[in-house]
Amino acid sequence: MTSNTPRRVIPLTVERGPGLSAAQQSAVSEACTRLGELPGALLPILHAVQAALGHVPPEAVPAIARHLNLSMAEVHGVVSFYHYFRTTPGGRHVVHVCRAEACQAVGGRQLEAHAQRSLGIGFHGTTADGAIRLEPVYCLGNCALGPSLMIDAELQGRVSPERFDELMSACRGAQ
Amino acid sequence: MSGAPLRVYVSRDAAALSVGAEATAQALIAEAARRGMALELIRNGTRGMLSFEPLVEVATPAGRVAYGPVRPADVADLFESGFVHGRPHALAHGRTEEMAYLKQQDRLTFARVGLTDPRSVPDYLAHGGFRGLRQALEMAPAAIVAAVTASGLRGRGGAAFPAGIKWQTVLGAESAQKYVVCNADEGDSGTFSDRMLMEGDPFVLIEGMTIAGLAVGATRGYIYLRWEYPQAHTALEAAIAAARAANYLGTDIQGSGRQFELEVRLGAGAYICGEETSLLESLEGKRGQVRFKPPLPAIAGLFGRPTVINNVITFASVPIILDRGAEYYRQFGQGRSRGTLPLQLTGNIKRGGLVEKAFGVSLRELLYDYGGGSLSGRPIRAVQVGGPLGAYLPESQFDTPIDYEAFAAIGGMLGHGGIVVFDDSVDMAAQARYAMEFCAIESCGKCTPCRIGSTRGVEVIDRLLAGENATRQETLLRDLCETLTHGSLCALGGLTAYPVLSALNHFREDFVKSARAPGSG
Repeated sequence: MTSNTPRRVIPLTVERGPGLSAAQQSAVSEACTRLGELPGALLPILHAVQAALGHVPPEAVPAIARHLNLSMAEVHGVVSFYHYFRTTPGGRHVVHVCRAEACQAVGGRQLEAHAQRSLGIGFHGTTADGAIRLEPVYCLGNCALGPSLMIDAELQGRVSPERFDELMSACRGAQ
Repeated sequence: MSGAPLRVYVSRDAAALSVGAEATAQALIAEAARRGMALELIRNGTRGMLSFEPLVEVATPAGRVAYGPVRPADVADLFESGFVHGRPHALAHGRTEEMAYLKQQDRLTFARVGLTDPRSVPDYLAHGGFRGLRQALEMAPAAIVAAVTASGLRGRGGAAFPAGIKWQTVLGAESAQKYVVCNADEGDSGTFSDRMLMEGDPFVLIEGMTIAGLAVGATRGYIYLRWEYPQAHTALEAAIAAARAANYLGTDIQGSGRQFELEVRLGAGAYICGEETSLLESLEGKRGQVRFKPPLPAIAGLFGRPTVINNVITFASVPIILDRGAEYYRQFGQGRSRGTLPLQLTGNIKRGGLVEKAFGVSLRELLYDYGGGSLSGRPIRAVQVGGPLGAYLPESQFDTPIDYEAFAAIGGMLGHGGIVVFDDSVDMAAQARYAMEFCAIESCGKCTPCRIGSTRGVEVIDRLLAGENATRQETLLRDLCETLTHGSLCALGGLTAYPVLSALNHFREDFVKSARAPGSG
């Protein structure tokens, strides 16, 4: 499908981000090339970059902006708007703990506190060994079997503090 | 025993997996192999009786027999006691269809969920699938819209706007390109019906969206799915590919010359993107900020084109309306709430799950007859209906029927049908504070009452709970809630007063400092 409005052509030059490794650069440009022609391509590109690199490095913003003919401010605005996009690296596993009401009703607040205390980090933090990054999430759609969390793409229900510790040990064991 | 392979069903629904369905499935495979039995394992959706997950169903000549919850350690014992023939066991529940939780429901939209293989077009067809689409292919667009209007179907996402009227507006709009957009950004806590449907019967959503395309003259559809649902994402992609291969999507649907194509797009963790105009902005690759209305999305929606945007359950209810007729669907329900609503029993509830019922069932029946009371065994003190923007209801309101107008009359809303149960250990002041905090976290920032008001709301509640000039703080909080209600651009700011004020009005004792135990909240 083609866009109905003609593409704006605004000549602009932007500096290539200084901090991207060659591998990161190629992941960003692969995502831009593969998805850039989609209508409303920015979110699919950001998802692809985060899937490949684990986060969206701020240094990737100029390249994405250039590819989509957007300003860096527009791209940065989108990255920073959405809770899911992370701009800092860290965490071989990402653990999203549900903070919403249905989980609160069955001990979610206690699980939230236990997770932060036992890992020794706050939300958005990564453990010192780099194994686990902790993120809050507002509903995982497992509201009849809370408290819930998601480890990478795997949903876990009825997570007691003891079960949480087991799951974290398994994460560390599996690397 | 006959030579036919043993056919067993274990759900691949994310909720079932979250309590170990995968391990149970693997244990069944291993145990069958150990006994030299041929096993056909079907990974269905969930039946929605989530407290029985992992549920194992075995096909017998008398029908499917259910066992659950089945842990890997139970599997050898199940084989030993003859579960392959549906024989009794401590975990047995008899024939699945006869289980009271399921039998008393009105499964229209969810008729196939848990029954069929969600990746098989032949299975979908064998259970009445694509019959609505076949009807629609024979009908004029205006006749399809008229059927949806006559059915009384209202938007199931929360706003309950009549679907047929929305479709009529798009049908009447002139444009070379129109769109059908499915709002699958199910962010309300206490809801999972969209996820369960997309994982358990994705074809019915595809069919409903295709019918919408035929009805309004749109050839392209998007499903905006939240990232938190990877299992649903996989199920949708598989079903779209299968539907395309079987010519139910594409440029010449079943040889009719009509076309419709569908694509899944992922959200990125913004509750506000469940608001339709924010969702459209997000699909266009922008920050999910709400748009001023008018123009309505039906006139100028995605990429400025006329767009039908509805929730998953709304679209998924359309095929049965076209198949069985508007009158059939209408006969369920009461008053201006026609058809069925998939209710989700969640939170502190003994038998949580999905209950699809005709409108009119009371909250009390759902909580006690289906739900069996609280999970903790303590009295149910409060119930939040309709997501994080829904009111907290005390026991005195449990006889309210599930009906859009009845809920509006008590200052609540049905929303997306989520029911979150709290026992008597809940601190309602903490819940009110959380409602403001949630609004602050998720506000898109476009309008001042929501962006600033929610933060000020948290502060005022903190001062109220600290007992600092409490009367004045309460006046201020009520005033702030009024500003949010009347001054916000969309439902996020506009409805945040519901949980806050309902908590304050019905559970006032939790807000009084002298009544609060030291250190609580």
